[in-house]
Amino acid sequence: MNHVRMRRLYAALVCVMIAAACSRQPEAEAVYRRHSITIAGSTSVMPFTEKLAEHFMLEHPNHVINVQAGGSTAGIQACLNGTVDIGMSSRELKPEEKKLHEIVICYDGIAVIVHPDNPITSVSLSQVRDIFSGAVTNWKDLSWIDRHIDAVTREEGSGTRGAFEELVMQGAEINDGIMVQDSNGSVKEVVATDPYAIGYVSLGMVDTRVVAVMIDYVRPSVSTIMSKQYKIVRPFLYLTNGTPSGAAQQFISYVLSKEGQKILQREGLIPINVNN
Amino acid sequence: MSTTNALLKDRLVRITMSMCAFSSLFFLFLIFVFILIEGLPLFYRVGLLNIIAGFKWAPTKGHFGIFPMIVSSFLVTCGALLVGGPLGLACAVYLAEYAGKKKKLFLKPALELLAGIPSVVYGFLGVLYIIPVIRTYWGGSGFSLLAASLVLGIMILPTVISISYDSLMSVPRAYREGSLAMGATKWQTTYRVVMPAATSGILASFILGMGRAIGETMAVIMVAGNALKIPDSILAPLRTLTSNIALELAYASGDHRLGLFSTGVVLLVIIMILNYLANFVIRRRVVK
Repeated sequence: MNHVRMRRLYAALVCVMIAAACSRQPEAEAVYRRHSITIAGSTSVMPFTEKLAEHFMLEHPNHVINVQAGGSTAGIQACLNGTVDIGMSSRELKPEEKKLHEIVICYDGIAVIVHPDNPITSVSLSQVRDIFSGAVTNWKDLSWIDRHIDAVTREEGSGTRGAFEELVMQGAEINDGIMVQDSNGSVKEVVATDPYAIGYVSLGMVDTRVVAVMIDYVRPSVSTIMSKQYKIVRPFLYLTNGTPSGAAQQFISYVLSKEGQKILQREGLIPINVNN
Repeated sequence: MSTTNALLKDRLVRITMSMCAFSSLFFLFLIFVFILIEGLPLFYRVGLLNIIAGFKWAPTKGHFGIFPMIVSSFLVTCGALLVGGPLGLACAVYLAEYAGKKKKLFLKPALELLAGIPSVVYGFLGVLYIIPVIRTYWGGSGFSLLAASLVLGIMILPTVISISYDSLMSVPRAYREGSLAMGATKWQTTYRVVMPAATSGILASFILGMGRAIGETMAVIMVAGNALKIPDSILAPLRTLTSNIALELAYASGDHRLGLFSTGVVLLVIIMILNYLANFVIRRRVVK
């Protein structure tokens, strides 16, 4: 009697366990399943993407976003190869790269910066061009002191340099004698320490250690860019190879949403909807 | 039984060790092959002369001339040697001939510490202290051949000192005693007897110091200004072969990337020549 009851109990227990195992497995998987998105590319776009990803992951706990730098070109390549879900670029695509799907997430101004001790507050676009092409090499020509202009540019291949060449140089070549630094930060560092330097960086990078000069009497700022008075502006792009996957699409929609755009604006970038 | 076991173990250790030793050769071979595979096609396509004797570097527009960088690398290396050579040699002479045991006890570890400081720290100190001084007192932006030479000169000190020191120490004691016995002063002995006897080692230390200077990247990027032109004064900025690769690799693709590998090939050849020269000089001493 006792024996039989024990056996029944066992059988029941086993049944319950099997049932539990069967039913719980998919449930457990749903809890632990993570959507992972890999994003790589431009070093200019990366810090902002990281910020956006942080906010996005707070709201979507089962999404994991990996953001990597590497440069616009590397991001475009990786996107073409399909090794990343989203590529980031701070330069326009070349014709052979045009088959990628591009999404403008925001605009970024490029500010021409000088040392705070520099009394010059406004230059013309052609003066900037002359400085970087080597036609003007002395501050005397800009009616300041008789001192060599220590101009700083970015390295060949940089998205910021590409945009600067297109928007400011307009076909003129950047002179070989001009100093080269390999990041927005190093350019700012040189300009912040050398009273006779001039360089260009992302508008979002400008802080109190350097002064962004007016270009043709237009001060670079979010509002002057929105009103299209300030002209040295480039788009920040997200790229996907074909239609993005569900998770990637979700992230892109978040970036383009009011909330995502607000985050970008807070970082000193220019949201898209105004420009459309 | 145990003897055969021990012999087996011995053989096993021997094989493992030789494999480890040859792995370095294997890695060297791999580095060679990969750099050549990536770098040579461009030489073939653009032409050797257009690369190593070309003046214009604009890889995204099809110009791959690295002549200014070769000259700049050479200038920086010579500058470093002018700064670090005499200083290092003097330091080695002091350590080997004049310093007492106690002074050696703290000077030698200090030198080893100097060798262990990461190059980015040297670069950072250069940016913070050397560059503003140059800018204020000599003009220019401060990012210059002079700054790079000073920073590199300090960085090659450990190499120059330790190898010069070893070669001075390997001069037989009898030489010194003979000279002193004939009435020569300490300095006369050092200058006329010991140093000539150690010439080849001192020369080798300079050449290896040059190798260190030409291969240095991070510190040079930080203080040299990286302009593409051949510097027209010691206050002008310049770009070396190594900084060219490190500066542009992040954004490079296609031919631009191949151009950087070609820069690497040229650098590899220069370093090989320097190492060969150093070995040649050292070997001559051993034979003598």
